[in-house]
Amino acid sequence: MNTSTFFEGLVHEDRVHRSIYTDAAIFEREMTHIFGAVWVYLAHESQIPKADDFITARLGLRPLIVTRDANGQIHALYNRCTHRGARICRTERGNARTFQCAYHGWTYFNTGKLRGVPWPEGYACDFKDAKFNLAQVPRVESYRGFIFGTLNLDAPSLSDYLGLIKKPIDEWLDRHPGGKVEVREANRLKFKGNWKLAYDNAADGYHVVFSHRSLLEMENRMQEDPTKGMSFYMGKPDEAPMYVQYFGRGHHFKDKRPNVAKRPGALWELEAAHPGMEHFENSIRKKLGEKAGRALDLAAAEPVNINVFPNLSILGNHIQVFQPLGVDETDTTWYATVVVDEAGELGGTVEDVNALRLRTQEAFPNFGEVDDAANFEEIQRGLAACEDEWVYMHRGLGIPGRVRNEPDGTLKAPATDEVFMRSHMKEWKRLMSTEPRISVVR
Amino acid sequence: MSYVDETYYAQLVRDFSAWPDGEIGDPGTREACRMVLHREARLLDQRRFEDWLALYAAQCVYWVPATPGGDPRREVAVAFDDRRRLEDRVYRLRTGHAWSQAPASRTVRAVSNIEVFPHSEAGVMVRSNFLLSEWRAGEKQLWSGWCGHRLRYRDGRYEIEVRQVNLIDCDQNLRNPSILL
Ligand code: FES
Ligand SMILES: [Fe+2]
Repeated sequence: MNTSTFFEGLVHEDRVHRSIYTDAAIFEREMTHIFGAVWVYLAHESQIPKADDFITARLGLRPLIVTRDANGQIHALYNRCTHRGARICRTERGNARTFQCAYHGWTYFNTGKLRGVPWPEGYACDFKDAKFNLAQVPRVESYRGFIFGTLNLDAPSLSDYLGLIKKPIDEWLDRHPGGKVEVREANRLKFKGNWKLAYDNAADGYHVVFSHRSLLEMENRMQEDPTKGMSFYMGKPDEAPMYVQYFGRGHHFKDKRPNVAKRPGALWELEAAHPGMEHFENSIRKKLGEKAGRALDLAAAEPVNINVFPNLSILGNHIQVFQPLGVDETDTTWYATVVVDEAGELGGTVEDVNALRLRTQEAFPNFGEVDDAANFEEIQRGLAACEDEWVYMHRGLGIPGRVRNEPDGTLKAPATDEVFMRSHMKEWKRLMSTEPRISVVR
Repeated sequence: MSYVDETYYAQLVRDFSAWPDGEIGDPGTREACRMVLHREARLLDQRRFEDWLALYAAQCVYWVPATPGGDPRREVAVAFDDRRRLEDRVYRLRTGHAWSQAPASRTVRAVSNIEVFPHSEAGVMVRSNFLLSEWRAGEKQLWSGWCGHRLRYRDGRYEIEVRQVNLIDCDQNLRNPSILL
């Protein structure tokens, strides 16, 4: 299966073969040719704010410890003892200058360097040899707080890898005071299905009124006409001003902002009821008067889906991470974010904003994502039908004028178009057919 | 109308962060509380959600922290529902289009290790353990943990003011957490 003809046979212009979601050998290759070859999102800087903080993560299936050393430099260490292979760090986060393996006591600095081993006189080797240091991801870079790593020495810089998707990321951040957010725990979900089912869904505007029908009904149960939440998908979503855009390298963007009036407070008006809504909204209005709109909008879900291939989706106020665990098992973790207002731009309302924002962020994972995950699992079950080989993603294909080539090289299409999916599958095929130059440093 | 404000949160966090040792000695109170918890478990297993909601006070919270003892003012929860959102939750399950619960899970829960502690004049705090076996779409899964209830005696019965569900794996990735725990 090392030939590009093999992958040509699996990814067609209008459809993909079921085996890309079900075949364990293909999954294993993805762990090197996709997750080993491109920049993969690892963690957010606000999760390790202080010197010597660490958090565990994964790059594909590789267990990592993302550390911030005493000089503030971030490392992505393999969480694997050089001696016999045990995970050296068994807690999910903390603060530590060194890590001692619990099996035979080898100890490492949070830079990855071996500090020492018990009874070294029993060894003939020189422990200064770098081969005894922890392996680490050779290239770790941050983009405005988002930490990525890649094993591929030939990969472009992170900034070039992100390319044009940086613009929506910048806009997402810049609506916040100081242009930044902080992660505050997560709604953590898992499903028994392939990770690409979640990535295929990430900009899918076709499923919304069907998969999320119960959510739309719930959010609008007090309304005469549905105006809350994603009700702008009802009727004819392709005629609404929102759009889907493909940015290259597998990244895509669903921009629903054009559906919302461009005036402070308009976004907040789309929010259905949330715990604490009346009190904290009143408190913000009392403090800010006419200027309350901006603060309230920060508590509302930003209507975008910014998807960075292969494992990051910034949507609403969440940082969602797709973590493959096996060919048919995936974790999707919805990291919640809060506003920090060091310069006092929000006139002392930041606590009120966050009190609302934490509750608004619980809604979608509870009442929306669970239904998508149920559908992903049903796809995985359906794909057991092995003679029925094809999965179609040809919505919009061949309709003249529907998908537009923009001057910046991106593709734009109406909200329910599957062009983004066809496009990231092409990128998937290219990567799976290319040998990446993978290495670690020590 | 939501009653959740700074005072409500502060009281909630205070009530659920310290569990004193001295249990209530009065067997009548203990028995009354035990019956509330058992009835609640049964109504949920029977999917009698409206009857289950009737056990709750007009001002109530259903709270599933996302970290052990997590403060809802500082972080998101697996679920943090005031009365209105709890009614939302039931409404959604009843639409017939909540695909994560269509078809619905079958559940059975065992509630045990019930202890009742004094709280206020009419209020008590109750701690209990639970095992919840769920079957859906051909697969079984097990949920487990402990609950804290704040009950208040009003109009001849104990109402549930707060129920905190502490899953032992609350900070891990959960598969289909769409049932009422
Ligand atoms: S495996 Fe770590 S010290 Fe032996
Ligand atoms: Fe969805």
